[in-house]
Amino acid sequence: MSETLHIDWTRCDGRGLCTELLPTLLDRDDWGYPLAKRATNGDRSNVAVRPAHSEAAREAVHLCPKMALSLANQVAGFGQ
Amino acid sequence: MDNALWAFGRVSGIISLVLFTGTVLVGVLARSGRPLLVVPRFSVTLIHRNIALLATAFLVLHVGSLLLDSYAKLNVTDVVVPFLGAFRPFWQGLGTVAFDLVLAVVVTSLLRHRIGPRTFRAVHWFTYAMWPIALAHAIGNGTNGTSRWFLLLAAGSAAVVVGALAWRVSANFLETAKTRQGGLL
Ligand code: HEM
Ligand code: SF4
Repeated sequence: MSETLHIDWTRCDGRGLCTELLPTLLDRDDWGYPLAKRATNGDRSNVAVRPAHSEAAREAVHLCPKMALSLANQVAGFGQ
Repeated sequence: MDNALWAFGRVSGIISLVLFTGTVLVGVLARSGRPLLVVPRFSVTLIHRNIALLATAFLVLHVGSLLLDSYAKLNVTDVVVPFLGAFRPFWQGLGTVAFDLVLAVVVTSLLRHRIGPRTFRAVHWFTYAMWPIALAHAIGNGTNGTSRWFLLLAAGSAAVVVGALAWRVSANFLETAKTRQGGLL
């Protein structure tokens, strides 16, 4: 089982805190918005988070100034 | 003892004001989305929160020590209800207003994940009102308020805060401003 980090792009303002905290999981586009480096079912707003990155992901959820991130326990492979 | 409390009350007020000035400056920087030289963005946000909490702690000490001393003639009502004080009620009342605003800002900030971004932002705007109110309170009410060194400190602080505000409303404030203005090029 792994966790999924969900980016709510309607809330996100591309401030880049999450891309600093999770550089191996997220890319930052030219406008500052985060994108999953590896898409989950073609969707770059959901990011699979392995236990090694769980702590950093939690920090990103907590520190995002727009409260645009959420972390859910999810069985990998199934959609939202 | 009374004298010591009174002196401590004044010093803690000044420390708190300086720390709130820092809080506003780092808050504006956090809002810009820019890192500070080698300090990453998430650290800027944490620094903002921690200076704010430290400033608030000194504010509580400031009010608490003056509540206990006998010079300032404060009572518990003056801590929350403005303009009823015995000594310079207007200037002291400004301090009470600033204190109430700080409480509202800190509580909504710490609970921002529960109350959501809208309420958090709406209350956070009051920080821009709170800072000049606190400064006016310090000048008008403080024993040191109109001494030369304090006025110099106040003028210097006001200059940097006004500078930060000018930057805040400028077109290139956001780190990503240039790209976003450029449309889809
Ligand atoms: C626990 C305390 C606090 C926390 C957790 C906190 C958190 C934040 C966050 C996350 C931002 C960035 C908002 C964004 O990027 O959209 C911010 C901005 C800001 N904060 Fe705070 N804050 C706290 C207390 C304070 C206090 C006490 C002051 C006043 C002295 C203050 C002044 C500011 C200012 C001026 C901004 C920039 C607002 C803007 O122009 O949009 N903060 N704060
Ligand atoms: S920290 Fe939040 S606002 Fe900033 S880029 Fe990430 S999701 Fe968007």
